[in-house]
Amino acid sequence: MTGDPLSILVWLSAIFFLCGFLCMIVKRNVIGMLIGVELILNAANINFVAFGQLSRLGIDGQIATLFVIVLAAAEAAVALAITLVFYNSHSTIDADRGESLRG
Amino acid sequence: MNDFLFVALAVIAALGAISVVLCRKVVHMAASLIVALSSVAGIFFSLNANFVGATQLMVYVGGTVILLIFGVMLTSMSAKAELKTTPIEAIAALASSVLLLLVFTFTVGSVSWSEHFKLLAGDAAVPKNLVEQGSSSFSSVALALVGVRTDQPNAHSYLLPFEIISIHLLVVLVAAGYLARPRGTQQEADSTAE
Repeated sequence: MTGDPLSILVWLSAIFFLCGFLCMIVKRNVIGMLIGVELILNAANINFVAFGQLSRLGIDGQIATLFVIVLAAAEAAVALAITLVFYNSHSTIDADRGESLRG
Repeated sequence: MNDFLFVALAVIAALGAISVVLCRKVVHMAASLIVALSSVAGIFFSLNANFVGATQLMVYVGGTVILLIFGVMLTSMSAKAELKTTPIEAIAALASSVLLLLVFTFTVGSVSWSEHFKLLAGDAAVPKNLVEQGSSSFSSVALALVGVRTDQPNAHSYLLPFEIISIHLLVVLVAAGYLARPRGTQQEADSTAE
């Protein structure tokens, strides 16, 4: 790993994406999978801000990051509402039990 | 000093993200997520992206993670029951993540980012110090969201996406509240209305 900030940030983003991906696969808890999604969205944020700020691309990267943050908040709200309904009907948040929802 | 802070924040963020995966309990995962997201916010501050850093702290760390912790508390099963990963799932996850890691190593590692960094920086000399680079962007980001571009006057502004996303957020939050309503309340409300 070289010392320049762009490569550090790209590697950090890769680590975040990998951790989020692993989280989504390994965790059977629905909320754990949600946390994985948050990590993946944050990996995209790091790349947006890094390439926007470390070059002359201007503020567009930052604005894309703001939109991603707002969409992540909205996604977390809806997913938690669905999780609560699922918990009320199944008394568990094990994602594998959700196969009874199959249409 | 600033570079040292930057690298330290990056390391803390990476460790937080890794400990999110390694923690068993959801509350510990949420705590690690707070560490990771806060250090990413610090990285944004050190990249001179103040608005995004503040938004990350307020919306992500202060909002989304708290929402997740509320979710954990509302759906707490018997406290001891942990959802274990079966060995087959663990092997599949390990295999796919190793494949993904190889992909990242070959893609991210094969690009010499410093050359592209100079290319992206164009004619402008590459600044030595992290604080010098990037525009001091708080007011220009805020103004671009309400339709005025101060940095590049001919570039398009973000007023319409801002409005769309604000209505989207409103609709989504109302829908989330409707979805998560207590069962039976709807019939009671209807019967009392009648």
